[in-house]
Amino acid sequence: MADSRNRKRKKTSQAAEIWKRLQKNRMAMAGLCTLIVILLLSLFGPLLSPYDYAAQNFTDRLMFPCASHLFGTDNFGRDILTRILVGGRYTLFITFVCITSAAIMGSALGLLAAFYPKMDNIIMRLVDILMGIPTMLMCVSIVAALGSNMKNMMIALAVTQSPEFARIMRAQVLTIKDREFMEAASSIGCSNGRIIFRHIIPNALAPIIVQYTLGAVSVILMSASLSFVGMGVQPPTPEWGLMISAGRDYLRDYWHIAIIPGLAIVVTAFALNMLGDGLRDALDPRLKQ
Amino acid sequence: MELLEIKNLVVQYSVGRDVVQAVNGISLTVKEGATIGLVGETGAGKTTTALSVMGLVPNPPGKVKSGEILLDGEDLLKKSNKEMRKIRGKDIAMIFQDPMTSLNPVMTVGEQIMEVIQLHEKISRQDAQKKACEMLELVGIPGQRYGEYPHQFSGGMKQRVIIAIALACNPRLLIADEPTTALDVTIQAQVLDMMRRLKETYKTAMILITHDLGVVAEVCDQVAIMYAGEIVEKGTLEDIYESPRHPYTIGLFQSIPDLDVESERLNIIPGMMPDPAALPEGCNFCERCQHATEQCKKQPPVVRLSDTHEVQCFLAQDEKGGE
Amino acid sequence: MGKLLEVKHLKKYFPTKSGMLHAVDDVSFSIEEGKTLGVVGESGCGKSTLGRVILHLLPLTEGTILYNGKDISNPSKTELHELRRNMQMVFQDPYSSINPRQSVAEIIGEPLKVYRVCKTKAEYHERVRELMDIVGLPERYEHSYPHELDGGRRQRIGIGRALALNPRFIVCDEPVSALDVSIQAQILNLMMDLQEERNLTYIFVTHDLSVVKHISDDIMVMYLGVVVEKSAARALFEKQLHPYTKALLSAIPRAKLGGARNRILLKGELTSPIEPPKACRFAVRCPYATDRCAQEEPTLEEVLPEHYVACHYVKEINRL
Repeated sequence: MADSRNRKRKKTSQAAEIWKRLQKNRMAMAGLCTLIVILLLSLFGPLLSPYDYAAQNFTDRLMFPCASHLFGTDNFGRDILTRILVGGRYTLFITFVCITSAAIMGSALGLLAAFYPKMDNIIMRLVDILMGIPTMLMCVSIVAALGSNMKNMMIALAVTQSPEFARIMRAQVLTIKDREFMEAASSIGCSNGRIIFRHIIPNALAPIIVQYTLGAVSVILMSASLSFVGMGVQPPTPEWGLMISAGRDYLRDYWHIAIIPGLAIVVTAFALNMLGDGLRDALDPRLKQ
Repeated sequence: MELLEIKNLVVQYSVGRDVVQAVNGISLTVKEGATIGLVGETGAGKTTTALSVMGLVPNPPGKVKSGEILLDGEDLLKKSNKEMRKIRGKDIAMIFQDPMTSLNPVMTVGEQIMEVIQLHEKISRQDAQKKACEMLELVGIPGQRYGEYPHQFSGGMKQRVIIAIALACNPRLLIADEPTTALDVTIQAQVLDMMRRLKETYKTAMILITHDLGVVAEVCDQVAIMYAGEIVEKGTLEDIYESPRHPYTIGLFQSIPDLDVESERLNIIPGMMPDPAALPEGCNFCERCQHATEQCKKQPPVVRLSDTHEVQCFLAQDEKGGE
Repeated sequence: MGKLLEVKHLKKYFPTKSGMLHAVDDVSFSIEEGKTLGVVGESGCGKSTLGRVILHLLPLTEGTILYNGKDISNPSKTELHELRRNMQMVFQDPYSSINPRQSVAEIIGEPLKVYRVCKTKAEYHERVRELMDIVGLPERYEHSYPHELDGGRRQRIGIGRALALNPRFIVCDEPVSALDVSIQAQILNLMMDLQEERNLTYIFVTHDLSVVKHISDDIMVMYLGVVVEKSAARALFEKQLHPYTKALLSAIPRAKLGGARNRILLKGELTSPIEPPKACRFAVRCPYATDRCAQEEPTLEEVLPEHYVACHYVKEINRL
């Protein structure tokens, strides 16, 4: 009994320590709170809204923010607030799925490259080629080849994001591999799998997590751009990038149609960046100040 | 003639909410041309003392709380950054521990020596170059290697270059922070031999920081033993090596494996140095000391045993009183 | 007591751009069970490589290693797994040799998990605590992380990990050179006690002759990949026969007021270990070197009973 209690305390203690350090960082906490608020709003917000995000109402077209429509309406008379809230679901979903799969794919490649020197050249040259192509161009090509819809855009984004993870992971593993505790691990008979999962990954994680938040920001921006040029989410789905794109014709007279989704992107990206910076500091146990 | 006088120096580092007391009121005098060995274990405050003299305590988190550091009677702690820059390298030079990282890898060794000379002396480029070559020869490196880069030198050679840089402007005080710790024994012997010769030729005063009592015995004429930010005992080489009085000094000598004596087990000092963020009341050593009594919970007095020999311990006071 | 480990003509070369680096060149020795062999030399002499090759952390180039009379030069994966139960290592740097993301108990318990030694969780925790106790780590450090502990305690973790599987043989690679003097003595005493209690066999690799003096039964001095002198520890400290050993011992600064000692100051530094010529490798720095030393490689010969030296002029130098 006593043992199992001890185990539990130990298991949580490392995460708790990181959490404690993160809490001390005000900027990171502000970022985290903003993200949580955005997440909750886009999950539950649409349920509270009296409007349907797709319902067109031509009597209320192009209204500036007012009491009945807090963020105004667009050129079809749809409530922008509702569309932002619903769009948040898509944007956050796309971001999370893309960046997570990019992180897993990229890290796995980088790990293989660093751990098995024979594969290093092949994998890293592939990564170099991927990084050499302008990201936008590559996304457009992939989507053009596969067909423009949300799924294909997500594939394109995940592929373009993964090389960065591969590079970081490889560099991490190469430095960790040279440390004596790796030798110690093999001298006590650890298998390669155990060495990778117990000894390498926990030590390589910090920069990956930071890259995760930074990558998430660029996924948001990229998916907005792709939707903007019509290669991503298709109307009438209220993805944020698509909303900006729809508002561009009215930018001179009814600027709020494009600016408000733009602000939503900026706020989310900023919150993610702050959280990423804070996480990097919190994850390093030696940076105890 | 006193060259450097440190009086009641207190240096603290603040780490989060903790205050680490790195140096707790030490006093030390260095006479012109003398060599004093500052001995202690990791975390005893040796390097912090040296950095305070150089005016290089990283601030924040470090801060010189109180005390005076007098060079020729002038308080270095009151000098501005600009004034300190003139003193560093010219009057006081420092040699750092790790020869592998203290040289700039993208400058030739000659240029690095020249840089110091040109910073502090108004001489032409040619003359500075010539002097840099002379300095290299002085530390036993052929002058032709002037144009080579640090990675072309071995560890021992790099340490010689660092010594050449330190001595380039004929400083009056040289602070050497573990100058030979990173070197192999046979190379260490070469470097120590050279330092001893240079010291005799140039009459440079030196503070040698080390954990190795063997190195001190070879180079120094005075010794100060540091423990947890305090100097627990100081005196001439004879005072400390022939009749150590502080229990820590005695323990330190006994824990060195002796090559000339047959013994099965090594003597040890039990326990560890106290956490400098939570020092015990009174004597810092009392938790590890086998002679500790109730009175050790109070600050121990500094007892003068002779003109040169001082020890900070109740034991010495009791013995002296009893005599 | 029989020979636990026997190494014959062991070679380890590393390929580099400018040729083969001879890290360990034709080294032979044997250790009896329960004894300690001190391997001494300066950086670059191949002493650490030797320890790693014996434990198969590095593959050997040539030669045989016998453990308990059995050839283990080229073990299969399963053989190696079994071997590592009995052969362990304590590393030099207590800062980098333990995983910073694992707690003290996890590090010490890792070998137990790898070899599935314990049947129940309770048994596992019991064993980890026992090991912590053996190496003198108080139980309250169980959940501490390495960065919270000082060098001495970290080295105790390393020793605890090495002991977890009850090995018979441990390679100690400079286990105390990163520690303060007073802590050094504590760790050395601990290692000597453990050897006595468990009849452990050590290879003790170090650059510091004064450290091996106390712990070793036999000493082997290496220079640039070759053994230059080998004998019982006591005999070696009484009389060093090879000029390098003499210089090495005299170069150690003594914590004594000794006046003028006749120190042998070696000139120059290590020569390159890449494709060394067929000559005495110490010749360039040796005060006694002649033309013969630059042309002919000396072999290790028994000069006095059980005292081996590789030097052409050992008799002349020592007036034997």
